[in-house]
Amino acid sequence: MTTLEQTTQALKAKFGDAIEAIETFRGETTVVVTADKVVEVLKHLRETPALNFRWLADVTAYDDYPEEPRFKVCYQIRNLMEPLNLRVKAAVGGETPTLASCTSVYPAAGWQERELFDMFGITFTGHPDLRRILMPSDWEGHPLRKDYPLGYEEVQFTFNYDAIDKKKPYAKE
Amino acid sequence: MTNNPQLLEATLDELKHLFSQRAQTGETMVLNMGPQHPSTHGVLRLIVELDGEILVNTVPDVGFLHTGIEKNMEAKTYTKALVMTDRLDYLNNMGNNLTYVLAVEKLMDVSVPERAQVIRVILAELQRIASHLIWLGTHTLDLAIQSMLFWCVREREHILEIFEDISGQRMMTSFMRPGGLWRDVTPNFIEKVEAFLEYLPARLDDYETMTRNNPIWIDRTQGIGVISGEQALDWGLTGASLRGSGVRLDLRKLLPYSGYETYAFDVPVGQHGDVYDRYWVRVLEMRESLKIVRQAVDRLKKLAGAPVISDDRKVVPPPRAELGRSMEALIHHFKLWTEGYSAPVGQVYVSTESPRGELGVFLAGNGGPKPHRVHFRTPSFVNLQALPLMTKGHFIADVVAVVGSIDIVLGDVDR
Repeated sequence: MTTLEQTTQALKAKFGDAIEAIETFRGETTVVVTADKVVEVLKHLRETPALNFRWLADVTAYDDYPEEPRFKVCYQIRNLMEPLNLRVKAAVGGETPTLASCTSVYPAAGWQERELFDMFGITFTGHPDLRRILMPSDWEGHPLRKDYPLGYEEVQFTFNYDAIDKKKPYAKE
Repeated sequence: MTNNPQLLEATLDELKHLFSQRAQTGETMVLNMGPQHPSTHGVLRLIVELDGEILVNTVPDVGFLHTGIEKNMEAKTYTKALVMTDRLDYLNNMGNNLTYVLAVEKLMDVSVPERAQVIRVILAELQRIASHLIWLGTHTLDLAIQSMLFWCVREREHILEIFEDISGQRMMTSFMRPGGLWRDVTPNFIEKVEAFLEYLPARLDDYETMTRNNPIWIDRTQGIGVISGEQALDWGLTGASLRGSGVRLDLRKLLPYSGYETYAFDVPVGQHGDVYDRYWVRVLEMRESLKIVRQAVDRLKKLAGAPVISDDRKVVPPPRAELGRSMEALIHHFKLWTEGYSAPVGQVYVSTESPRGELGVFLAGNGGPKPHRVHFRTPSFVNLQALPLMTKGHFIADVVAVVGSIDIVLGDVDR
């Protein structure tokens, strides 16, 4: 019988300082891990029989711009036997956002990491096929970043025509 | 790759690593399939590498239906963002609503009255049947039986009529709201649902006979697109696509929500993990859904007159009738519709069993009235990933069978 407390204690004992915090919110437990150790932690959770987090449900991220490190990548993993849900979270800086790919541990992460690359510009090293997935391959920018505008076209009037034209995202000489 | 100069230009550099060396010399053929193709169930583009008629590799190319729903939801209040969820998986509108409101309820810590939960279960299960009917119709149309689609759409019409009755909309219902339901169901709701419960089983018998006794159907589905249970788990498959491989995993049993733990129903599983087993699991699921609806309708009769939405005034707007009598109601009404409610800083992940598998919502609040981040873990997106694995070594005609059997909806894939 594994519980979430036992899991987090086992992780603390094994990884020490790499576990930055254990958060609980609305009954969900999140383990905050340093970015360089995240794949090791996932591998440990996946392969230790006593923990048995066999299944990756979801990989996602959110952007805390302008806070730094701005991106928080969340792995939602599950022990299918108990069942237990656990979230592993790692913070990634905005300068050159890079994280190791967990596709070697969970093949299901393949497309989800591609989506994060597409939407947030986070590069996953060791990913077998890191390309844009939802946006066109020649798209510029990463839409789900907080500093990426939602859209809307500003209305140009005579007095501000040029000022707005300069900001418009189309090719100019 | 020399067979098609246009494809060569557009995709060679980018996709070179995905095809075998033989494609470079022209020994195998790289063929483009879709996005405008009737059997891809939407705008799915597949780039297939063929050795004669045998598939060497399949590369799905998605994103043609990307509408930026997640980004759009960040600019709306929690309540207003709800309408976007209808547009995700357009065959599972009620299920999308349900998953999103469950996430908001968890984030806001709101409880839902029992009557609302029972109605939610009825609607989610009716939606599952409707979705499976469309899947059955299109899947059989692709492979063997032309006229099935008309009949399946006819049965689905009964469900859509029920939805239209209660919400005014056939598909984009937005009927479930954080805290409960938009309004109570119409007085003839139970009668209509019961009529449907009487009507459908005999039809399902017909459809089973038509498919299971059809040699073309058997030939085209058995032994095709096999994936083992272990592989299916590794690749994150969920729903009937996983259960077809013999893994008895259903979120309604594993992590129950909306009171599913109190209903008696079975989770059908297959054995071989082929197209036929996935088909058979879905057909059996429809009958299980009917069982759940039957039980829920009986419960609903006992709960007549009970409220269908929480009275937590920090999240749920007061009833219209109170506005003229109570100053507080007026203030709440005004605040909730102009500003919305502020969610605490924190993240929640809620998942439900959609007709296609695990539909998860990751919702992050930032203390304001608009979501900081909404992410949908959509079953079609993850399931589609396993397509290359399932199609390898089969005839090109079987791609159609496999795509149909994992039951993707492109709105769900591309969001």
